[in-house]
Amino acid sequence: MNNYITEFETLFKDVLENEDIVLTNETTATEIDEWDSINHIYLVVEIEKHFKIKFSSSEILQWQNVGEMIDSVKAKKED
Amino acid sequence: MNPIFSFRELQKKAKNTTNNVTEIKVAVLGNHTTNFFVKALENQLKVAGFNPSMFESDYDQIDITLIDGESELYKFNPEIIVVFESVLKLKDKFYSVKDNESRSDFYNTEKDIIQNRVSNIRANGSDAKIVYFSYELIDDELYGNLFSKIPHSFYNNLWQLNNQLIDFSRNEPDFYVFDINKYLKGTETYRDYTALINSDLHYSIDTFAKLSHFLAQFFNAFKGHFKKCLILDLDNTTWGGIIGDDGLENIQVGSLGIGKAFTKLQKWAKHLKERGVILAICSKNTEEVAKEPFEKHNEMVLRLEDISIFVANWKNKADNIRYIQEVLNIGFDSMVFLDDNPAERDIVRQSLPAVTVPELPKDPAYYMPYIESLNLFETVSYSENDKDRTSQYQQEAKRKKLISSVTNMDDYLKSLEMEGNISAFKSDDVSRVAQLTQRSNQFNLRTQRYTEKDITEFMNSENHLTYTVKLKDKFGDYGLISVIILEKKNNDTYFVDTWIMSCRVLKRDVEHFALNKIVEDVKNKGINSITGEHLPTPKNKLVADLLTKLTFKNDDKEDVYFLNLTNYKSLKNYIENE
Repeated sequence: MNNYITEFETLFKDVLENEDIVLTNETTATEIDEWDSINHIYLVVEIEKHFKIKFSSSEILQWQNVGEMIDSVKAKKED
Repeated sequence: MNPIFSFRELQKKAKNTTNNVTEIKVAVLGNHTTNFFVKALENQLKVAGFNPSMFESDYDQIDITLIDGESELYKFNPEIIVVFESVLKLKDKFYSVKDNESRSDFYNTEKDIIQNRVSNIRANGSDAKIVYFSYELIDDELYGNLFSKIPHSFYNNLWQLNNQLIDFSRNEPDFYVFDINKYLKGTETYRDYTALINSDLHYSIDTFAKLSHFLAQFFNAFKGHFKKCLILDLDNTTWGGIIGDDGLENIQVGSLGIGKAFTKLQKWAKHLKERGVILAICSKNTEEVAKEPFEKHNEMVLRLEDISIFVANWKNKADNIRYIQEVLNIGFDSMVFLDDNPAERDIVRQSLPAVTVPELPKDPAYYMPYIESLNLFETVSYSENDKDRTSQYQQEAKRKKLISSVTNMDDYLKSLEMEGNISAFKSDDVSRVAQLTQRSNQFNLRTQRYTEKDITEFMNSENHLTYTVKLKDKFGDYGLISVIILEKKNNDTYFVDTWIMSCRVLKRDVEHFALNKIVEDVKNKGINSITGEHLPTPKNKLVADLLTKLTFKNDDKEDVYFLNLTNYKSLKNYIENE
């Protein structure tokens, strides 16, 4: 789990161009200025590319925080 | 030459660009989520060296934005307006049409909408170049392969609509079609259907990045940056094998071996030459040996008369390309060099970084597909004169030989037996004049770029004096080589708005010939002075002292130059009035 959160954090920093981002499982979009609806699309694409997975349309709508995003990735990677 | 970056790579590259000075103002209007496209285009333009400002219309508000003369779009005053509609939205619209008769006419209705948009842009006073995306050709497969017979099928309408766009563009000034289909081909997963459903993202963000890559190339051409010369290596580039070792019978071109691959490249080069791109040869070979296939091999497509400069020797290729550049007098950044040998490519890249040196694939079968994918010779103008460029440069090579045998410049100029023709703009010359304002970078006093429409306006203006100069000498006809535009500022003076000359006629005193005539005309208008200024760019140092040489006085008021016509003494030249 820790690994995923580090990888997510690096990705978030890079995509959102903010080096100060610190992620926990509980982090939500409201806590990060750059994480708006447009950048959310960008983040999803880059997470998919990075982990070489593809989320389904309904999955994307259900996430409440970073931890749930990571759960989706984990489920796919460890399938 | 940049590779095609992903959206994220592009974002990083753009971050590292600083001090871009050339401004470019682009507006994007779309019927889908265009944020990523606009961002990618902005980054792409930064990477291409521009300082871009972008305008993005509100979501799916193309018509309202264009109709409203007070809209933010017109306040922004873009140089380029991009209209990018998604075919998926068009499909929704098509499905809302009620009967087959109206469906058969759908493309016409859409064409009228497009024409209306263009009229609105012009009526609201914008002279922006309009770049209109063609419609992605996707079939809903309701009629399968019967579509061509079913005028009310969606796919049939798309083909018709794209054809309408092309027809409309042919005669509509400053309206260009950007064909999206070309760039989607071969792109895997160019659309992300999850993102389409969740976020109305009609193309994936990397597709937007790719499209912006080619758009930026096109915009670069608008701004006068495009390739003018193709330099070819010979052995294993123009033909297969090594002429010096294998001999005339054994080189692969045409039917022999994999000769077809090389023939394809030669045909492409020949057509480029006919379009006006200069062909040069740069080969490590003995000259006579290297020329033999061009003269004697009956399957060669390229012949000696297609080549403006033929350099075959054993010197360093970078030096040879410098020589070619000197004769042609064009920027290194307008040259493309094709060579199969990675070491040669590397030498040229290192010594002459501005030259474009594509990384040719190892297998010649992939030469053409690869070269075509780069879209190296993007252009925004074409005129009939372009075809004659090769013979003009061949004449220039002969003149270079004469000049080396004459020691006195006056004698040389006399021996050329030059004849000049200077006249006001004529309608026949409009496209060539506009083209010169678009492509001249070096001998260009103020680098004002004009469209054909602008030129026509100058031609008909009471307030302007316009000139074209044509020149011939005993070696041949240079055609139209200089464009000068003066604007009447007040009752005391004319201002030099534009002074452009082709570098092929440098040091012939064409400027003197022209100014003598201009002074005469201005005096006849009862006006007694001409003012001018030099607007420096990285490329036009050549004309920094043009006005001084033309006896203008710089009265220390910054960059204002002034010519008093009362004491004007005719400037010396050896050009006879035709």
